[in-house]
Amino acid sequence: MKDILQELETRRNVARMGGGERRIASQHSKGKLTARERIDLLLDEDSFEEFDMFVAHRCTDFGMEKDRPAGDGVVTGWGTINGRMVYVFSQDFTVFGGSLSETHALKICKIMDMAMQNGAPVIGINDSGGARIQEGVASLAGYAEVFQRNIMASGVVPQISLIMGPCAGGAVYSPAMTDFIFMVKDSSYMFVTGPDVVKTVTNEVVTAEELGGAGTHTKKSSVADGAFENDVEALAEVRRLVDFLPLNNRAKPPIRPFFDDPGRIDESLDTLIPDNPNSPYDMKELITKLADEGDFYEIQEDFAKNIVTGFVRLEGSSVGIVANQPMVLAGCLDIDSSRKAARFVRFCDAFEIPILTLVDVPGFLPGTSQEYGGVIKHGAKLLFAYGEATVPKVTVITRKAYGGAYDVMASKHLRGDFNYAWPTAEIAVMGAKGATEILYRSELGDAEKIAERTADYEDRFANPFVAAEKGFIDEVIMPHSTRKRVARAFASLRNKSLKNPWKKHDNIPL
Amino acid sequence: MFKKILIANRGEIACRVIKSARKMGIKTVAIYSDADRQALHVKMADEAVHIGPSPANQSYIVIDKVMDAVRQTGAEAVHPGYGFLSENSKFAEALSAAGVAFIGPPVGAIEAMGDKITSKKLAQEANVSTVPGYMGLIEDADEAVKISNEVGYPVMLKASAGGGGKGMRIAWNDAEAREGFQSSKNEAANSFGDDRIFIEKFVTQPRHIEIQVLADSHGNTIYLGERECSIQRRNQKVVEEAPSPFLDEATRKAMGEQACALAAAVDYASAGTVEFIVDGDRKFYFLEMNTRLQVEHPVTELITGVDLVEQMIRVAAGEKLSITQDDVKLNGWAVESRLYAEDPYRGFLPSIGRLSRYRPPAELATEDHAVRNDTGVFEGGEISMFYDPMIAKLCTWAPTRADAIEGMRNALDGFEVEGIGHNLPFLSAVMDHPKFISGEMTTAFIEEEFPDGFNGVTLDTDALKRIAASAAAMHRVAEIRRTRVSGRMDNHERKVGSEWVVSLQGENYPVTIEADHQGSTVHFDDGRTHRVTSDWTPGDSLAELSVDGSPLVLKAGKISGGFRVRSRGADLKVHVRTPRQAELASRMLEKTPPDTSKMLLCPMPGLIINIAVEVGDEVQEGQTLCAVEAMKMENILRAEKKSVVTKINASAGDSLAVDDVIMEFE
Repeated sequence: MKDILQELETRRNVARMGGGERRIASQHSKGKLTARERIDLLLDEDSFEEFDMFVAHRCTDFGMEKDRPAGDGVVTGWGTINGRMVYVFSQDFTVFGGSLSETHALKICKIMDMAMQNGAPVIGINDSGGARIQEGVASLAGYAEVFQRNIMASGVVPQISLIMGPCAGGAVYSPAMTDFIFMVKDSSYMFVTGPDVVKTVTNEVVTAEELGGAGTHTKKSSVADGAFENDVEALAEVRRLVDFLPLNNRAKPPIRPFFDDPGRIDESLDTLIPDNPNSPYDMKELITKLADEGDFYEIQEDFAKNIVTGFVRLEGSSVGIVANQPMVLAGCLDIDSSRKAARFVRFCDAFEIPILTLVDVPGFLPGTSQEYGGVIKHGAKLLFAYGEATVPKVTVITRKAYGGAYDVMASKHLRGDFNYAWPTAEIAVMGAKGATEILYRSELGDAEKIAERTADYEDRFANPFVAAEKGFIDEVIMPHSTRKRVARAFASLRNKSLKNPWKKHDNIPL
Repeated sequence: MFKKILIANRGEIACRVIKSARKMGIKTVAIYSDADRQALHVKMADEAVHIGPSPANQSYIVIDKVMDAVRQTGAEAVHPGYGFLSENSKFAEALSAAGVAFIGPPVGAIEAMGDKITSKKLAQEANVSTVPGYMGLIEDADEAVKISNEVGYPVMLKASAGGGGKGMRIAWNDAEAREGFQSSKNEAANSFGDDRIFIEKFVTQPRHIEIQVLADSHGNTIYLGERECSIQRRNQKVVEEAPSPFLDEATRKAMGEQACALAAAVDYASAGTVEFIVDGDRKFYFLEMNTRLQVEHPVTELITGVDLVEQMIRVAAGEKLSITQDDVKLNGWAVESRLYAEDPYRGFLPSIGRLSRYRPPAELATEDHAVRNDTGVFEGGEISMFYDPMIAKLCTWAPTRADAIEGMRNALDGFEVEGIGHNLPFLSAVMDHPKFISGEMTTAFIEEEFPDGFNGVTLDTDALKRIAASAAAMHRVAEIRRTRVSGRMDNHERKVGSEWVVSLQGENYPVTIEADHQGSTVHFDDGRTHRVTSDWTPGDSLAELSVDGSPLVLKAGKISGGFRVRSRGADLKVHVRTPRQAELASRMLEKTPPDTSKMLLCPMPGLIINIAVEVGDEVQEGQTLCAVEAMKMENILRAEKKSVVTKINASAGDSLAVDDVIMEFE
């Protein structure tokens, strides 16, 4: 009997060694952890329950039948993050380079099916050379099975991808369809075709890092939502993100004890808006000063910096923030910022996370590059996302809210629940100078007269009261009381119930 | 007594004067420039008058504008603070002509002391010790040797037109005097086209010690002890204290009496300061007299209990001094640290911008401890480029010097300033410097002890372990809170363990935490134990702890897996990990930061206006590379050496942060 029990331990130990000591050492020498070490850091200590430890591949071509390591290059199972259940798969680069076989894919599919059934997030740790070429089409089929599940799970449970090594070719499309992608600087890359193929086809010479490293995807392509220094930091920060997210689309966002008075007044916000209406200020100061404990989890920090997206807590409860950033491009909307914010708003709406919108927007960025790039349809994405969102929506206009951008940024007309404005708000169809130049075109030659007209326009429209008279602004609030007012607004919306008409799905301008 | 006074100044000193006036029941008028519309002194005053554009030479120091404000508000007297018009005799005259009292000395005293040569002559006449020397023209080397002998070695041979160390020689004997005379003469001729040389006693181990005097217009003059101001950076005082750790009672008395004699000689009436240079043998020599309230006056107030501003107002109103020399008792020790908006890590470069956070330590005054902070700024206020970068003066008092310094250490640790660069870490470093602690500093202290500038502080093991124990206890509390999130799986909650590994400043300390309701006992693996108690809760940016019964104050910012801790001048990344996390973290590769010597980094947050070069261009040293606009100022960035541009990462219109790479070179 003892021998039989011992046999299990022996088999487990073999499986845990993955591709063996030599390959583990090679993984470590690159500053990368093994699949199991990563799970150790991702999950609460001793909470991991593994599935399919002894699954082996079924390939008999190219002599593969002689090498059938237990687990087949991916570790799967479930565990907890601060006591909350998550499902996880972690590709093992030490086994066949983490390549995806039919059985490898089946293991991933199994935990994804369970995650959907049981309502828990899926976290995928990607470190794979790609398809298992020996298996041919069976491997491609495996990818597609995973893709289909990514699609079905989208909007049902949060899906988070960590790219902690190579992720190339077809493999990129699974993370691409998840909610968040995080990369590790210097040791991960993602691309559809690698540098060699690029060279052959286009004659472009480019390194893997330049083509698909963390810098490229967080700053240029916006494929990734964040990048971290190393494996340890990346896994710790994913744990931190999970603390903000509900487990599934039927669960409420998490609430945790907080040590910050919801009624806290911050006098320094009264001077946040500079005297000069064209001077920038840092919108992140407002975000951290109104958030519980100043804690802000930013999403896509390095891309389209003219809009800021991320999570905070108010009264311990998660809130998604979308804020124009006057420090960059005066906070205008453009193709990139519209896309970035639209995707974030839709994530929040899918998972019942209330949205706080902080507005200081001079309008849409003009220019041929924007129009040729289709700013009309990209801008419409954000408009669409806000308009369809049924979660609690609170908006604070701090300064400019001009033109169509005013409408887009969670205005009253897009079913904003609370639309607040600071006394410094200017809600108008455009800036005073532009407006007078159109309204008084005949007087353009007379600088004095135009200046007078501009001053008149400013007096009349460069304030929140015209909009407040019409009820588009529910109330003008003091900057120092923003946290209190916003927290109370969300508190009053805890039982909000709003349904969109039945449809198969909408047709957002993709 | 006056019913209303105007304060012809701004910043902390204007606020300081308003406080005393208010205490005396006197209404106050502030004046302000464009940049100071929202300033603290404007908010504190009963009335405020706008006097013009931001630059001081178009506002605060324009006599006519100040006079207009005086007339407009009907102020009966004007306190000038320090700087600006405080030692401007024309201003004092204008006030006098308008029948308005000047809260300062008589015009004659200002004029007499305003001129270096006159003041020295007056001092000599009043039998005040001056630096021995010869001011006349020196014919040749022989005469130089003769004069040097009269003055007494060591001597300094100085070019009349000199500056920046050029044309300056120190001689310890005849040979050196002879040689030095010739070489400084040549150097002076070459550098300044003026070869006149004079000889002065060279003061060894010089200290800057000054006497506070107070005089009324009825012939009474007293001194309120001294202030030691030797800790200076490029003639800018940084730390002052009272009394001086160097003076004995006899020297203090001699200096005080000479200072009073000088004040009396010019019919001084108000508060004033007589500055001396004191050598290693406690020989002291008159430097100059400042006919105004001195920046560092609070340390004198703290050890004498005299409100100098109140006294100045009373004297200006014609009152007699209510205290005599015998009433002046020096009680305890006071230290002042000047908080400058200067970034010590960037060569003390002035830093401007929005004070996103400004929380000074609480002011208090008990029997054995006092904290005072004179400030003119507030959280959410703007530090502009127009005025002095000093934003606050933090003072502590205690019965002994050691306790006053210890109080200062904790007060500095508890001072939160964010949004701008500031010298808090440097001040902390001074407080922990053995030479400062011993009291054996000279005016060369900063130059000698920080020859390469300030590069942060390395803490010793004791200090590290106290911080490690605190961070471990704090991290455990924060992790327990994380486990209280909603939606957890009942009966399968995360258990937060008691074993941790704290990593900071390159050291790893495994610890075990035993926690109870009062606090945490943190055991180190060498058997050492620290008891940590605190009311810190997660998210607090300031942790006021007690470690083994003594206070420890940490600025604790959140970073991934731990805290950014700032304390005692150190800026540390502190990671607190479980043993397993620590084991895996040790596998992470040390990433070497990119070599920035071949890059052009953006020196401040700003907007790129233009890029003047293209990839492949060869650039010469000093050639314009690009222009960055920051705070509405255009800054031209130039090539530091000859090179070839290999990459350009920014283009016109881009907004960059500090240290963003603009371009790279071969």
